[in-house]
Amino acid sequence: MENKITALNSLHKKYGAKFVSFASYEMPIQYSKGIIQEHKSTRENAGIFDVSHMGQLSIKGDNLLAEDLEKIFPVELKNCKLNQSKYSFLMNDEAGIHDDLIITKVVGGFNIVLNAACKYSDFKLLKKLLGDKYEMNLSEELSLIAIQGPKAVKILEKIIHGVSELKFMNGSSFNYFNESIYITRSGYTGEDGFEISIKDKDAEVFTEKLINEGANLIGLGARDTLRLEAGLCLYGHDMNINKSPIEASLKWAISKNRIISGGFIGFEKIKSQIENGVSKVRVGIKPEGRIIARENTMIFSEENKNIGEITSGTFGPSIQVPIAMGYVESSFSKIDTKIFLEVRGKKYPASISNLPFYKKSYVKGANK
Amino acid sequence: MSELKFSKEHEWIKLDGDIATIGITQHATEMLGDIVFVDLPEIGLSVAKDGNAGVVESTKAASDIYTPVSGEIIENNQSIVDDPAKINADPENEAWFFKLKITNKSEMDLLMNKEEYEKFSKESGN
Repeated sequence: MENKITALNSLHKKYGAKFVSFASYEMPIQYSKGIIQEHKSTRENAGIFDVSHMGQLSIKGDNLLAEDLEKIFPVELKNCKLNQSKYSFLMNDEAGIHDDLIITKVVGGFNIVLNAACKYSDFKLLKKLLGDKYEMNLSEELSLIAIQGPKAVKILEKIIHGVSELKFMNGSSFNYFNESIYITRSGYTGEDGFEISIKDKDAEVFTEKLINEGANLIGLGARDTLRLEAGLCLYGHDMNINKSPIEASLKWAISKNRIISGGFIGFEKIKSQIENGVSKVRVGIKPEGRIIARENTMIFSEENKNIGEITSGTFGPSIQVPIAMGYVESSFSKIDTKIFLEVRGKKYPASISNLPFYKKSYVKGANK
Repeated sequence: MSELKFSKEHEWIKLDGDIATIGITQHATEMLGDIVFVDLPEIGLSVAKDGNAGVVESTKAASDIYTPVSGEIIENNQSIVDDPAKINADPENEAWFFKLKITNKSEMDLLMNKEEYEKFSKESGN
């Protein structure tokens, strides 16, 4: 099957992108300066990410819709304020994760941003769960562009006046040359930043403006090192249909009231896992020295017992040490527990680490 | 001292008497991207032509290093272990990987010269 392209494809080429196939899209893995430079420029300045391959789903409806969505997602949506975003999961009855996503309350319904590889199956499943009660549209004409980094707010404010007043995990509609665009203050890098939903036809000119104001294009390679330093999960790697949010150490994303009241898919399993514990949990891992332990690396205890597996691993360009995440037996999940990683047949010492590896600088309130 | 020779696995080799200095090519570093880890063969190790002789890892993935000629490792470059970014900065000079005492000089004849290697790397597209 031929790869799809995003509206920014020719722009990527113009800036020297190397492409890879990702979730059936031709996406830039890096540009001419390379992953480390891109990573650092996001942490120090501002990076632009084309995430148009992700699914942008809109569901129209009123309070009934919020009620129905609460039967699916483990978050509070009935009392969700207009323009507020929440991180959540689409789960099966066993609390296995179909996808992780961001739900935003907008005028007349909810917007949901889905992972590229899951978007069509998510849509099908949600359609089945909600029936024909609500108008649902998985957009094929919207781009999604993220700008991340300490200078993101200053740069975007020059183009879209008023974005600096957005609070973290909040969005709003803005006027852009007589088109309405929707912007949320959110991201996937551990930095302050925004995600801009804009019509495909306007995406390229808009992105060029961000570049002219000093932001740099960033590929999927640095997106991965940035999110891993920030301790954020990548669906299909750090979580999947065989892992629950409790096992993935993401209990914080389940609303406290929903853990008490239940009534969402997977609740029984979640409840029992909270009460009885889980056998394996996601942890941060810091190898000693410079050895990089990648996905599928086996983890051993000091007694040489296989206790788990790495799900993501790389070298953290900002912190200058290798980092990883993986699942270990719960009794080995305490911070600073000494473990061993088997890389190319040799065992290397490592320890369980706090997450994130890199401290976030999210803006909690509005700033100018 | 001889001119540089090149292997199909994108290593370069420089022969001085029976001592060969081996590293990876500029073209290889461009394909790999930013190198963040390197593992070198230990001194005293005997390696056979096309055998495994270390690993480089970029931010993206790990790649094996092969020796284009047989011999015994007599030196490895600790400076690139401590600072792997040197490999991207100066791959065909300062950032050599290891030196070995070659056991079969005729293996050198199987390698490409610069012109042949440039043609090879262009055509193979890798």
